[in-house]
Parts: sequence; structure tokens; C-alpha cells
Amino acid sequence: MSSLTINKKSRRIIPGFHLSLGYTMLYVSLLVVLPLSMIFLQTMSLSWQEFWHIITDRRVVASYKISFGTALAAGLINALFGTIIAWVLVRYQFPFKRLIDGLVDLPFALPTAVAGIALTSLYAPKGWIGQFFDFKIAFTPLGIIIALTFIGLPFVVRTVQPVLQNIQVEVEEASASLGATRWQTIWKVIFPELIPAILTGFSLAFARALGEYGSVVFIAGNMPMKTEITPLLIMTKLEQYDYAGATAIAVVMLVTSFVLLFTINIIQWLANRRFVH
Amino acid sequence: MSIHIQNVSKKFGSFQALQDVSLHIQSGELVALLGPSGSGKTSLLRVIAGLETSDVGEILFDGQSMTERHPKERNVGFVFQHYALFRHMTVFDNVAYGLKVRPRKTRPPKAEIKNKVMELLQLVKLENFAERYPTQLSGGQRQRVALARALAVEPKVLLLDEPFGALDAKVRKELRRWLRKLHDDFHITSIFVTHDQEEALDVADRIVVMNNGKIEQIGSPDEVYTNPKSPFVYDFLGNVNLFKGRLHNGKLMHGEFSIDVPNTEAHTEDHAVGYVRPHDIQIEKTNIAGTVPAKVSHIHLLGPIVQIELRREDTEEFLEAELPKEQFINLQLAIGDHVFVKPKQLKVFIPEDFSI
Repeated sequence: MSSLTINKKSRRIIPGFHLSLGYTMLYVSLLVVLPLSMIFLQTMSLSWQEFWHIITDRRVVASYKISFGTALAAGLINALFGTIIAWVLVRYQFPFKRLIDGLVDLPFALPTAVAGIALTSLYAPKGWIGQFFDFKIAFTPLGIIIALTFIGLPFVVRTVQPVLQNIQVEVEEASASLGATRWQTIWKVIFPELIPAILTGFSLAFARALGEYGSVVFIAGNMPMKTEITPLLIMTKLEQYDYAGATAIAVVMLVTSFVLLFTINIIQWLANRRFVH
Repeated sequence: MSIHIQNVSKKFGSFQALQDVSLHIQSGELVALLGPSGSGKTSLLRVIAGLETSDVGEILFDGQSMTERHPKERNVGFVFQHYALFRHMTVFDNVAYGLKVRPRKTRPPKAEIKNKVMELLQLVKLENFAERYPTQLSGGQRQRVALARALAVEPKVLLLDEPFGALDAKVRKELRRWLRKLHDDFHITSIFVTHDQEEALDVADRIVVMNNGKIEQIGSPDEVYTNPKSPFVYDFLGNVNLFKGRLHNGKLMHGEFSIDVPNTEAHTEDHAVGYVRPHDIQIEKTNIAGTVPAKVSHIHLLGPIVQIELRREDTEEFLEAELPKEQFINLQLAIGDHVFVKPKQLKVFIPEDFSI
């Protein structure tokens, strides 16, 4: 009898809670947690000292800086320009709008190696674009940032677009009738509504850029200490059959990425809490 | 501030929203724009606010042309039907918004803004909700925030677009009384849009009845209710019964039925229509000259007023009558009774001139 009353209390309107929760747990475990724990397991074959030695190697530390620095830069660039693109696509009517809307997704579909080769030939010192600059773009961190910006573009656009579409024009009109300038309306009324979406887009683009390998290796030049990204170092170690060394670096990347993404999630949660109840 | 609207026309694509509308609103008036949806009332309000630009025509505030002015320069408070509150701001910040966005030179100091906002929140009885977010408020409370926000910038003109349309009947009634009081206290010129005739009749000094982008009639609530200028106005402001017939020697006639129509010289062969309000229908149990035989088909007892549905026995048309309860009891009416019906007063429109 008592179990019956408890059941009644926790009754949900939509059935299947236990089933779907169980399924989610299994799915996430199989697809995310299990493979990732293998990395930790592999790393365990190292002693603490060996592990520390590998992950604090000068070349490795330099690669962290390159990887996180360029991914962050690319994420920020995408946050800014992705928002502008979303704005233009939502707010204005112009010829070939649909086509441009479709083009935004292309970096997702393109094999990243193809993107890397295309970008390298454009930005190489003798390339179509590279020749106009008296400093090098390809084979420098700048080139890496360009490649990472390219592959992360759709994230911000696609997260901001629907939110922007849902903002009532009335809210902007209210702002204008209260005496706000166009700029004040954008800054004080529209932008705060977009922050959660921009943050989501940014963290997706950032995460994608951190793990990116294919497009970067071509344009980076892969000079140790200068333009060598962490995923490449991991690949190098794998090619030398140094599985433990590779996973040790991977663990560092994984933990750092997780902490960063988790922090962004918290910021996002705080931003959301203010007006999504 | 007085408002002149001169020959304003506005088209949305092929749809003529406003057609040569002219209207003069005096300073301090509370005017209702009344009409069905698509009649152009909201378009007119938005043109006045500057949220929409007219294709032709001028808008003048106190004789000064506002036609080319941006909404932010018009010093107009606008209240939207769906409140349009800023979701990410507290109630306090919503109300303070108009003051905070002022250029530094004219922006009041922080303490002054705070006082002013709290004063307004007190006025709308929301002083305890200052730190809440709009999503935590009920519809009526949100609309009050929207009103306080519009009033914070001390507008000379307050424009309200179906301000109470999304609220339930009781809150609506309360808020419109309160709007009337606010309007009188603030000495502003207010225009509100509504499709609810009761609302317009209840609060407005003057009613502008609109239809198909044109003004049908302008007048005091009493004027437009008791003396509608067109069948449309008659029909829109309350229920109405139609008595069709022909006009002859100052009488509207149809078969046995005839009634005197004062102030008409017109003669028609046919197709004159007399408009009668339900409360102007007289019900008798005995046959007097000029009455129409009818059968009681339904009785609604609604408090002090009794609504009676009748079926005319000559034309099989339905009529609606309203009686005070006392009179109803004296008549001893029951469903199925045969009675005789006569309009106490009616207004005749000839369809050649007016289309319904």
C-alpha cells in the first residue's frame, strides 16, 4: 500500500521517465564514459613520475599553449562574427539569402583535411591571399586560428539564429519609444537575450577547435615549440607506438577541456537563471 | 498635447490599412480607437507613435510636425498588447530603462531615478515586486509594469494597443478604471485601441469607430451608442435587431407591421432596414396596432436584466429583447408564449447609401 502512494506522488505526466533515463545513462556510458576511461586506464601503466615528465616536457607545454590559445582565439572570433552573420541572416532580406544560409553549414560537411589543404594554398606566402601580406600567415599560429575559425563557424551562427528569430520586434519598439538609440537597444535589450546562445555556440566552437587535427596539420607547418598543436603531438607519439605517452597528454587535454567547458556551463547557467524560469 | 492626424494613408503591400484618416485629438483627452481586427486602429496608433510611417499625410503634436521624427524623439509612451517587457531585467530595471538610456546631460542622478521608479511602482501597487523578473508576474501585473515603464519617461502622449486584451474579465475591468484615474492624474493625452465596445464606452471621453481603414464615426460614448451614423457602428456597438421593410410617408412598413420613423422624408420601394437595440423592444401580450407577432423561444435570466429570444411569426426571423427583471415578472412570460413585439425606437438606414 505504501509503495502505491509513493508511486502516485511521483507520478509524471509524460510516461517513460525510468526507461528514458536508463537509456540515456547506458548510451552516455557506452559512447562517452567508457572510451574516455580507457584513456585513463592506458595512462595508469605509467608511474606518476613518468607521467609528470611526459606532460611537462617543454615541447608538450608549448603545444598546450598553442592549442588552447588558438582554440580560444578562434572561439572568440566565431562568437563575434557568427553573431553578426546570424543577425544578418535573420534580420535582413537580400538576394541569395538562402544560399548563404546554406553555405554556413559547409565547414561541417567538408572533410577537414580538404579544408586544411584549401586554406594552406590560399594563405601560403605565394598563395592567392598570402601574397598580399608581408608577414607569413600559413605556418604560423595565425594560420592555425584561421583554420579553427573556419571549422567552428557554424556553431555560433546556428545557436544564435533561432534565439534571434524568437525575439519579439515589440521589445525593440518598446525600447525605441522609451527613448533608446538603436545602439542602446541592441546593447541593452537584444544582446543580453543572446548571451546564453552565444556562450553555447562559443563553447561548442571552442571544444571543436581544441580537438581539431585534420585541417590544422596542413596549415600549421608543425614546427616544434612554435606551431605544433597538442593533437599532433599525440599522433606523433602514437606513430612511435608510445601509447602510454600519447594517452598521458590526452588525459591533460581531456581534463583541461572538461574543466573549461564545465566552467562555461556554469556561467551559462548563471546567465540563464536570470530570466529563464 | 494636442494631436492632429491629417489625411493619413498607409498600405501594407496591397492591403490598405489606413485610408485618408483625419482626426483631431485635444490635449488631455482619453480617446478610444474602436473597431474590428483589420480595421486599421492599431496601424493608426503605430503611425502616431512613429513605429510605422504613413505613406501619405501628416502627424502634428501641438501643431509641430512629427511625421519625420523617430519614435524616440516623439516623447510618446507606448503600451503593447503583450506587454513587451524586457525579460532579462527586473521590474525595477524595466521601469528605470527609459530614464537610464537618456544621454548623460539629461539623465537624472541614480538616487533620483530610484525614487521616481519606486514612486511609479507604488502607483501601480507593485512596490514589493521591484526585484522580480517579468516571468514571475501575472498578466495584470505585467501590464501594470508596462504602464509604469511607459509613464516613467513622462510622456505627453500615452498610446495603448489593446492594453487589456490578454487579461481576464475581472482584471480587465479593474485595470481600465484605474487607467482612467491614471490618465486624469497625469494630465496626459491618451489614445487606446480596443475591439471591446464595452471597454471603449466605459472609459473613453471620445470614441473613434473605425472600419476598413476609415473612420466611421467620432463622438462621445453616448453619441455613438444612441446615435450611430451607420449600420456598421450600430452593429458594432452592442446587439441589434433588424426590421426590414419599405419607407412610406414617414413609416417603415412590412406586411401588417408599421412604425413611425421620425425625421425621414425618404420613400423607398423596398429594402429599408430599421435598427433596434434589444432594450428598445417592447413586448406585449395583447395585439396593438403596428406590432409584430412573435413566439418566445428562449429566456436567459441574467441578474437584473432578462434576455428574451423571440421568433417573428411573419418572417421567421429571430429577435432579441432585453427587459428589466421586474417588467419580465409582470408580463409572466414563458417559453412558447405568443406575444406582440414593437420597437420603442429605431433608426432606419437605406442600404443604397450604406452597405452592411
